[in-house]
Amino acid sequence: MLVINGIEKKFNAGTVNEKVALSNFNLSLAEGDFVTVIGGNGAGKSTFLNCVAGVFGVDKGSILIDGLDVTKLPEHKRSSVIGRVFQDPMMGTAGNMGIEENLALAYRRGKTRSLSWGISNKEREIYKEYLSHLDLGLENRLHAKVGLLSGGQRQALTLLMATLKKPKLLLLDEHTAALDPKTADKVLQLSDRFVKEGNLTTLMVTHNMRHAIEHGNRLIMMHEGRVILDIKGEEKQQLTVEDLLKRFGQVSGEEFANDRALLS
Amino acid sequence: MFDIILGAISLGLLWAIMTIGVYITYRILDIADLTVEGSIAMGAAIAAFSIFNGMNPFIATCLAFVGGMLAGLVTGILHTKLKIPALLAGILTMIALYSVNLRIMGKANLSLLRIDTVFTPLENLGLSPTNAVMLFGFISVMAIVGLLYWFFGTEIGCAIRATGDNPQMARAQGINTNNMIILGLVISNGLVALSGSLIAQSQSFADIQMGIGSIVIGLASVIIGEVIFGTRNFFNCLISLVLGAITYRIIIALVLKMGMPANDLKLFTAITVAIALSLPVFKTYLRPLKKSLRGGDL
Repeated sequence: MLVINGIEKKFNAGTVNEKVALSNFNLSLAEGDFVTVIGGNGAGKSTFLNCVAGVFGVDKGSILIDGLDVTKLPEHKRSSVIGRVFQDPMMGTAGNMGIEENLALAYRRGKTRSLSWGISNKEREIYKEYLSHLDLGLENRLHAKVGLLSGGQRQALTLLMATLKKPKLLLLDEHTAALDPKTADKVLQLSDRFVKEGNLTTLMVTHNMRHAIEHGNRLIMMHEGRVILDIKGEEKQQLTVEDLLKRFGQVSGEEFANDRALLS
Repeated sequence: MFDIILGAISLGLLWAIMTIGVYITYRILDIADLTVEGSIAMGAAIAAFSIFNGMNPFIATCLAFVGGMLAGLVTGILHTKLKIPALLAGILTMIALYSVNLRIMGKANLSLLRIDTVFTPLENLGLSPTNAVMLFGFISVMAIVGLLYWFFGTEIGCAIRATGDNPQMARAQGINTNNMIILGLVISNGLVALSGSLIAQSQSFADIQMGIGSIVIGLASVIIGEVIFGTRNFFNCLISLVLGAITYRIIIALVLKMGMPANDLKLFTAITVAIALSLPVFKTYLRPLKKSLRGGDL
């Protein structure tokens, strides 16, 4: 579903601040793969996701989604096949617009927008139905401005928006990092459910080792802009945090030093 | 006195069209677009020149609208395609328009005295010039309010609103934010030029200087409208803008009547807008003060 061929990304190329964020990065996902991505600060996880989403271009290599070469496509065009949830709950929704208006924007992802009404009564029923599955009581607040919702509610809504039009690829960029542990768990459960129900090919970046182990069918660990560990299937199911730490040490020759990942 | 108020209302209705244009960029797109200073004079220049040379005033007014849209297009391309910051892009177009407007008119001002304008048919029906402007202004403003209310409820209109609200999210939902910004600037400046053309026809002359300070007048009208008449929903917002523009004109008329020299008008407007824009800051200072005055918990 997603094939990444040797992409490379440098920031501030040619200056003293040059930083190689991704180097010769290769990855291939099968349809329905739910891959968790873990790694320390500066490992290139977010850069990788942003390159796939088209927030910035790559210096080398190519990205194919379902056989389509999207390497040169601008961000808004790639969005027709990609659903995204961001780390910052404010990022994924328009705060001054209503819940139903936000959903209507997502419902038209990948479609040419015209001068027909931005939202129809028929859709409202569909949205109510979907929102009731979130169990947050949002189905009765269709007109409420999204800015009035809590961070957890906004992330749940963003998740619903990202999957409303079944995407070929779902990108979750540390989407629970800004939430309290209880809300984070709830949003993760929802993510699991949406991914399973839609059989979505998913990349989930996380700082949390436990989350990376408990969710998905495959785990990759990044270090200095490349994949250093790739664990799938049976082996992934047996994995523990201690294993992961040990194997990180073996592969990278360094201690895994990241309090946020270890303590939570 | 009554005449002064009526005059202010009729002029306010024409400025309301410009206020709505400013609202589209300032509030919906979240851009302070200075192009309006040039496009309002451009609308006046195009209409005055065309009418002066015998064109039908209604066609001339439409031409002014198109001229304003082109000005918005230039700013939009400078900002989105050439990556010039919005404020600077607007200033560049505004400065360029000063020369363009002089070229259009051929001189610094053009009189339309005793020449038929869009208001003439109504005057021929027996209305006084002020009433003719008021009726024509009212009908145009209501038509524009209706059109925009519809437009911003469509898929494209919603995409423009999302772009102004959260461009990152808009792109993630497949919206071409650059095109939406350009479209917003085009509509906004078209309305501003339309307003300029009507103002020129109502006062029977166009002047190269008439755009100076218009962005501040527009902002003052937006803020006055929002604060006094509310922002409950989009329709309410649009009506508030119209009432805000009228209120601003009435305030100015009264202040002038009370004896303030006309030359101090821009200073007065600038101070008013500065105070209105800084109200949130004052509020944060005032709240603890109020609290302590009331002796504790609130």
